[in-house]
Amino acid sequence: MAAFSNLTDRINHIFSKLKNRGALSELEIKQAMREVRVALLEADVNYTVAKDFINKVTELAVGEKILKSLTPGQQVIKIVNEQLIELLGSTQSKLGVSPKLPTIIMMCGLQGAGKTTMCGKLAYHLQKQGKKVLLVADDVYRPAAIKQLEVVANKVKCGFFGMGQGNPVKIAKSGVEHATKNGYDTVIIDTAGRLHINEELMAELKSIKKAVDVFETLLVVDSMLGQDAVNVAKTFDEALDITGVIMTKLDGDTRGGSTLSIKAVTGKPIKFCGTGEKPEDLEIFYPDRMASRILGMGDVLTLIEKAQTAIDEEEALKMAKKLQNSTFDLEDYLKQFEQISKMGDLNDIVGMIPGASRLKLGDKKVDEKQIARNKAIIQSMTPEERKNPKILNYSRRKRIAAGCGLQVQDVNRLIKQYEQTCDMMKKMSKSKRLPF
Amino acid sequence: MGFFQKIIDGLKKTKERIGFKLNEIFKRGIFDEDFYEELEFILLSADVGEETAEDIIDQLRERMRQDRVADAKRANQYLREVLCEILGDEKFEIQTPCVITVAGVNGVGKTTTIGKLANIFVKQGKSVVIAAADTFRAAAGEQLEVWAKRAGVRIIKHEEGSDPAAVVFDAVSSAKSKGTDIVLVDTAGRLHNKKNLMEELKKIDRVIEREHPTATRKNLIVLDATTGQNAIAQVEVFDEAIDIDGIVLTKLDGTAKGGVVLAIKHDMDIPVYFVGVGEGIDDLLYFDPQSYVEGII
Repeated sequence: MAAFSNLTDRINHIFSKLKNRGALSELEIKQAMREVRVALLEADVNYTVAKDFINKVTELAVGEKILKSLTPGQQVIKIVNEQLIELLGSTQSKLGVSPKLPTIIMMCGLQGAGKTTMCGKLAYHLQKQGKKVLLVADDVYRPAAIKQLEVVANKVKCGFFGMGQGNPVKIAKSGVEHATKNGYDTVIIDTAGRLHINEELMAELKSIKKAVDVFETLLVVDSMLGQDAVNVAKTFDEALDITGVIMTKLDGDTRGGSTLSIKAVTGKPIKFCGTGEKPEDLEIFYPDRMASRILGMGDVLTLIEKAQTAIDEEEALKMAKKLQNSTFDLEDYLKQFEQISKMGDLNDIVGMIPGASRLKLGDKKVDEKQIARNKAIIQSMTPEERKNPKILNYSRRKRIAAGCGLQVQDVNRLIKQYEQTCDMMKKMSKSKRLPF
Repeated sequence: MGFFQKIIDGLKKTKERIGFKLNEIFKRGIFDEDFYEELEFILLSADVGEETAEDIIDQLRERMRQDRVADAKRANQYLREVLCEILGDEKFEIQTPCVITVAGVNGVGKTTTIGKLANIFVKQGKSVVIAAADTFRAAAGEQLEVWAKRAGVRIIKHEEGSDPAAVVFDAVSSAKSKGTDIVLVDTAGRLHNKKNLMEELKKIDRVIEREHPTATRKNLIVLDATTGQNAIAQVEVFDEAIDIDGIVLTKLDGTAKGGVVLAIKHDMDIPVYFVGVGEGIDDLLYFDPQSYVEGII
């Protein structure tokens, strides 16, 4: 999730000025708040929401609390952070399970929000939790929408139900019947994208909801949405009493201020974030982490969690031992690459590291391909070579380069990199500060 | 219903919904700080963005200062002038043969726009072939096929997952041999921060340049009117990759106003050529700054 990175930059910048000073005047806080406001607006936070937010924070910051504090800058950050968390929703929320199976989830939203893609991701996510999921194609308007959902369903290997173009209410009903008969415990209904002001189509959603006893009504929202986000969310919520929101396209460089706006006007929890095009690119929304990100503290928690699921702890221990004993060979190096690529998009991970967003990463983006290439190079070596890299003479390197379709220079570069890593690790282990 | 009426009507919903106070504040006839603050609110609510909004307000202040006897009517007129001047008056004109590439992020309505564009050109008596170069999204080709049928034009399509540049190559070759006037290239939606996908777009651009050097070129970016300030970043990155000539602003039939196009024109001098105001095949119109301004204020 690279969202908010620009907002992070902005607020960091503002507060780097504040941090360096001992005491703050009212005027300075107001100045800082003006910059916060600009940053929020540029991040597409709704104007009114931003204004309320600023007023609240200013009220809390100006006056006794802040002036008596020893480090006013820190105090301001703390207040801004707390208020942001409050605005984003203070607890994370998961999907509910209906007492009467199947659990029916209805997806709704504007055209192009990413509903169909999100259906696939949710199905993938729920199946991993042991649910049996059926996707119901209820978008009867957009050409080829049904086909798209079918492809998505095949990709994530879940059930698919479609009746072609027809009455959406009937299709939903038949879909649920189909689910009951075939032992599906979760049904996800993909509805057509529609404008919130199209009363006829909004009424249609209401009918579907009534007809099949929908348990979760999820509003899918493009995180790039601007000021209009409040209107969209409000209208959908008023019409359908949504149970939650899913933000999509958070892998872009969008600052995603709409997330704040939507939460503020609907009060409904943001349940998930879509962060890519693959089925597994779905994350639970953690308000506190998002707030920390906004304030430039980095999304350390998400990073740690990602690392934990990807890196086998035992494996890590073994690796640490090996480093201490200096038996870290290319085989282990390969394993490291594999674990890194398991963690997902590296650029996202870099974005979660505190302070990293401040470094203008720019073209210095982590090249995922490079990792794949490194893996290919090691995979082109014999087991003996991997265990004992010292034997890699020119003719062996030439053979390896040919084997992985790269140049000898690439192989040289990898070996050098490996040697540097070993050196670094040795130094680290001597100072008893293992990276694990 | 006239073209312009349609866009005004489309935007009217917006106007009424948000409870547009502009007329009221003009009616008051007092142009004090409250007036400008209210105006700022209106502009920001239309996604114009802080910087551009400030500039618009400064320009208006200047005109008001020069005209010491400005009344509500004149003030209103000045605001319209400022906005129209920013938007400019560049018409979309092409010389055939022409290759039009349509790019943009996911979900903005590229495929729909291609269908509607084809329809416009067919009505002008031009021959059109569509290149279905979105080989990535599931069923994108099928969706485009439906549109091609509606507009009555040819479509060149490959398997899902095949090389988009190859589709473009085929479409361009076919256009050359048949003497087709316009090639419309649909591309896969891509978040502009994904480097590889942008490279793919560049490749498509190179293929067109190489295979059809005599054709004129137009590269359009489709922007969703509901998008906020991120639209600026979108245009910047796409422009860097393939030199964007103009904008198609879609989904203006909702409550969003797409005011970010003012910021884009203001900062990057990239004009809006078309606006999408509905899901019907005729719901794509040539952009008219006056009607647009009429619609947002």
